[in-house]
Amino acid sequence: MNSNEIYNLLKSFFPDAVIDYKDDKPVEPYIIVSAKEIDKICLFLRDEENLQFDYLSCLSSVDFDNDNLAAVYNLYSFVHNHKLNIKVIVPKSDPVIKTVSSVWNTANWHEREAYDLMGIIFDEHPDFRRILLPDDWEGYPLRKDYKVQEFYNGMKVPY
Amino acid sequence: MAELKTETITLNMGPQHPSTHGVLRLELVLDGEIVLEVKPVIGYLHRCFEKHAEAMTYPQVVPYVDRMDYLASMNNELGYAVAVERLCGVKVPEKVEYIRVIMAELNRIASHLVALGTYGLDAGAFTPFLYCFIDREKILEIFEITCGARLLYNYIWVGGLSHDITPNFKEKVLEFVKVFRPRIKELNDLLSFNKIFIERTANVGVLPPEVAINAGTSGPTLRGSGVNFDLRKNDPYSIYDRFDFKVIVGNGEMGTVGDSWDRYMVRVWEMEESCKIIEQAIEQMPAEGNVQEAVPKRIKPPVGEIYARTETPRGELGFYIISDGTNYPIRVKARGPAFCNLSALPLMSKGCMIADLVVILGSIDIVLGEIDR
Amino acid sequence: MRYLNRLDSKIKQYEHGNFVVTSVDKFLNWARLSSMWQMTFGLACCAIEMMATSASHYDFDRFGIIPRPSPRHADMIIISGTVTLKMATRIKKLYDQMPEPKYIISMGSCSNCGGPYWEHGYHVLKGIDRIIPVDVYVPGCPPRPEALLEGVLKLQDKIRNQSTYKKNKA
Repeated sequence: MNSNEIYNLLKSFFPDAVIDYKDDKPVEPYIIVSAKEIDKICLFLRDEENLQFDYLSCLSSVDFDNDNLAAVYNLYSFVHNHKLNIKVIVPKSDPVIKTVSSVWNTANWHEREAYDLMGIIFDEHPDFRRILLPDDWEGYPLRKDYKVQEFYNGMKVPY
Repeated sequence: MAELKTETITLNMGPQHPSTHGVLRLELVLDGEIVLEVKPVIGYLHRCFEKHAEAMTYPQVVPYVDRMDYLASMNNELGYAVAVERLCGVKVPEKVEYIRVIMAELNRIASHLVALGTYGLDAGAFTPFLYCFIDREKILEIFEITCGARLLYNYIWVGGLSHDITPNFKEKVLEFVKVFRPRIKELNDLLSFNKIFIERTANVGVLPPEVAINAGTSGPTLRGSGVNFDLRKNDPYSIYDRFDFKVIVGNGEMGTVGDSWDRYMVRVWEMEESCKIIEQAIEQMPAEGNVQEAVPKRIKPPVGEIYARTETPRGELGFYIISDGTNYPIRVKARGPAFCNLSALPLMSKGCMIADLVVILGSIDIVLGEIDR
Repeated sequence: MRYLNRLDSKIKQYEHGNFVVTSVDKFLNWARLSSMWQMTFGLACCAIEMMATSASHYDFDRFGIIPRPSPRHADMIIISGTVTLKMATRIKKLYDQMPEPKYIISMGSCSNCGGPYWEHGYHVLKGIDRIIPVDVYVPGCPPRPEALLEGVLKLQDKIRNQSTYKKNKA
């Protein structure tokens, strides 16, 4: 199935949660969905007979624009050999997305990384803490307005 | 008699531990000798790749890509080059594609040799390590003649290569393949079919295929579980669709499908397949061609984003790149294969003995540079 | 005897007797530099070159350098790779656990000064010498095995000329 067909199928099952479909070249087509229902949509994508997206290739966090952050899900199906990209856009003031780590185990660490570096909060995540940086680190480095702290544990950070 | 309740112990393993292949730390919850829970703690080598990539132009990112998975730099460069070329729509010359494939496959062999050698060390066999490094040095010699570096090459550029091959390159590579083929058999005699080694690794750390897929593993870790999936075949990039090679999958020859021995053995036979690809590529490679012909003077991709994935020795390396039309990328996210493979370690090692944990960790062949980036 | 002589010309030997005369310092230095046990500790890319140096082609063992897994056994530590802020405190702890005398080789640009991660590496320590003292710096990214061997020889030179006994007397 191509992305457009999947979009129409999703739209019929989740009319409120599926927001938009974009396929302007050269960008690969993607579907924008709501942050509140991403877990249900992903479960549907994984378990529906003609979709079966059993593999989460990548989950990236993006500093989308001045006011918004985004999470991008790249899905793949071993069974049907098709791909799908999903985007979730959340405001910087309240960056909360439902976790999909119960759907794909691999999302567990990816979501922790997205929180660590971009500050997106994943609701109902089983083990939610920083993954790469130390627990007492300040700020989220990959945001465009990030200012690095002067000292960490008595060691000077920026030069 | 009532069930005797025993205390659990929490044990720290790493970041300085000889068998963690770098600076990985594991928090273990033990019931005597039995591992109840494993919590990998990573980030001790977090070198801020993604922040660097945002501050660099597209060609300047390549050296940092090298330093991610430092055992397979060529494969990483190829992955990044493929991603940016797809984004810009650059078509690279035939000769460049062939040299890239040869380099990537040579590096796959070199990387697997380190993986297999150090795996022997983990299981308590020192000699295979020395044997593997002899052959690895031969590959590094070829790289050094071609581009001057032993480990981090900056060889595969976006749109081309930094240097053309030397006149005797083909003979050198063919000679290496000829010498190397019997060495695989030697390694098998020395380690793979050694009774002690099989006892140590077979039926240890079993990862069933459906769990492996759900946990996002890829590469030999996924194929060891019997899943026939290789991006070189299933989602071909570069010119991999022109070569005839087999995808090696684990078959549970010594125990269960998806145990540590299977993952180890997938790597051994993959070296053989890489040799096949190299021979075919040498044969088909066009003699003429300028390797820098298609290198753009200035790389300015159109506004857009791309997720491109390639098969490195550890599995699926994905680059998610967003461009805003300038010569600096907005975001470069690297999806490291070892990152996802390591996240499956708790699933593999639940209920194993603590001594087996070292063997399981060695069998997924992690490189911390790529996990932490 | 001749073997000893070849190793260090400063040891005086007698023709008919099973003894040598030398100063305490020279004897200690000779013993120390001839068997420097190194801590098995790899950090990043340079660790692979360190492994290659200790493997068959370059053979670290001929300088008496044997990898030891525990800091308590080690005389020398090679900081082979990028030191991050999260790792820095652990390295300090490892260094403190090593018995005196102890020597540090800083291998590669990253541990010398931050290397390629100097400018934007918000999580990289800009040089290991900011937390522990370094004896020999080996430049390169990564240094070739020959360069590391040169660093080891330089460290041996340094040990050969140090004075433990005189210092204590003063």
